[in-house]
Amino acid sequence: MNSPIELLQYDFFVKAFLSAIFASISCGIIGGYVVAKRIVFISGGITHASFGGIGLAFFLGFNPLLGAVLFAIFSALGIQFFTKVAEIREDSSIAIWWSLGMALGIIFVFLTPGYTPNLMSYLFGNILTVTKSELWWMFFLVTIVLAVFLIFFKPILYIAFDEEFARTAGLPVTLFNYIIITLIALTVVLNIRVVGIILILSLLTIPQATANLFTSDFKKLLLLSTVFAFVGSVSGLIISWMLDIPSGAAIIFTLVVVFGVLKLVKQFVR
Amino acid sequence: MQPLIHIENMTVGYDRKPVLSNVNLQIFDNDFIGVIGPNGGGKTSLLKAILGLIQPFEGKITFRSDINFQKKPIGYLPQVKNIDRRFPITVFDVVKSGLMMSLTKESKEKTKQRVNDLLAETGIIEISNKAIGELSGGQMQRVFLCRAIISNPKILILDEPDTFVDNRFEGELYEKLRKLNENMTIILVSHDVGTIAGYVKTIACVNGRLHYHSDNKITQEQLDEYNCPIQLISHGKVPHRVLKNHIL
Repeated sequence: MNSPIELLQYDFFVKAFLSAIFASISCGIIGGYVVAKRIVFISGGITHASFGGIGLAFFLGFNPLLGAVLFAIFSALGIQFFTKVAEIREDSSIAIWWSLGMALGIIFVFLTPGYTPNLMSYLFGNILTVTKSELWWMFFLVTIVLAVFLIFFKPILYIAFDEEFARTAGLPVTLFNYIIITLIALTVVLNIRVVGIILILSLLTIPQATANLFTSDFKKLLLLSTVFAFVGSVSGLIISWMLDIPSGAAIIFTLVVVFGVLKLVKQFVR
Repeated sequence: MQPLIHIENMTVGYDRKPVLSNVNLQIFDNDFIGVIGPNGGGKTSLLKAILGLIQPFEGKITFRSDINFQKKPIGYLPQVKNIDRRFPITVFDVVKSGLMMSLTKESKEKTKQRVNDLLAETGIIEISNKAIGELSGGQMQRVFLCRAIISNPKILILDEPDTFVDNRFEGELYEKLRKLNENMTIILVSHDVGTIAGYVKTIACVNGRLHYHSDNKITQEQLDEYNCPIQLISHGKVPHRVLKNHIL
């Protein structure tokens, strides 16, 4: 058996390794925000709704990730609209968009003639089949997320912590909320290929829970989440190759094990 | 003298339902107004309207022309029960957030010094790096008071600062507010008429409408007259009721 270092001579593995880095940075940061602000469920709704876009793209024959982005952003706005304007309770609005997107996806895929071979890789992810252009998109996303969080770190933190107080200080709260929800939509969609629609919530929450064991400082939490996401996804990737099991599932299993072990260690050491 | 804040014929509420109607109030420099009234009577709505968080349906609020909105003129302490206590943020960052946009040109070191000075003055410098989830009720309240006053606002607005606070800190808090009042106008919402009566200069009773008292004496008869279902309780060493409870 080759050692993991030797794996780096294979083109497919280099790509997988790069996507693990990119996914860790974007999911680590965005997930830290999502967890702190308690909008995990909204993020889940947006992710699942994006399946409708993938189905539509299969049916009409355009890039599935483009379809997913459109549906993700549309559902994010839809959830806001249902909650604020139509006065439907927020968790119900989320569930409606969540299931509507999935349902549309299933209908479109069913209507698409012929076999759709990589549908499974959207649902469960396959980091080993990420293409060069998808890598570029992930790279752009990482650049944007890093830029926004570096430049606007303080207002982002203050708005997340206490929206009302931020408003009294004259911060453009609504604008920031739209920017962040768009970044969340882009993050989940562009990382779908890594762990898949059904499993992406894990990259937004498990590394953050692990990081939260060690710090309650928002900045450190974002940094540590990125580190844990990276450790989990790279070791998951190697384990999946060694045991020949699906990469998405292996990555999540690793993330959970790392969390569980550290949680126990912390419990006993204290 | 021109009022700092002038509220004229204001009607305000949520979701198109008015909570508070036809309010007229003038707030002057160094006022210390205690806002009392039953739950749902519109105390918080009044504060939020002044803060600009909700827009009046009718009427208007005008601020005196010398108030500079670039410099964050209003300090605000919201109800602590609305704060997510498990949010990953340190005491230092919470207090610093009170400066927000007002001092963006100040150097990092200077800002840090300001936050630390205020924390030291308030006697909570040792919890500076703690997460807010680890604090006691009294500590929380101190932290949020620091956040409200760090920008040296002209007006300080406090929404029930005495909830979750033990008696000892309550006294400290009001003494502190009395001192702050030398330089700031204070608007304070409380459900505890008895306690605030000794500290505030004037009282506004809010129950769908606003009744203003130009001194801090209020009697049960007046409360009855305004339909203000509040119980007057006097706080000596042991809190005791001075006047009969009356029916809603």
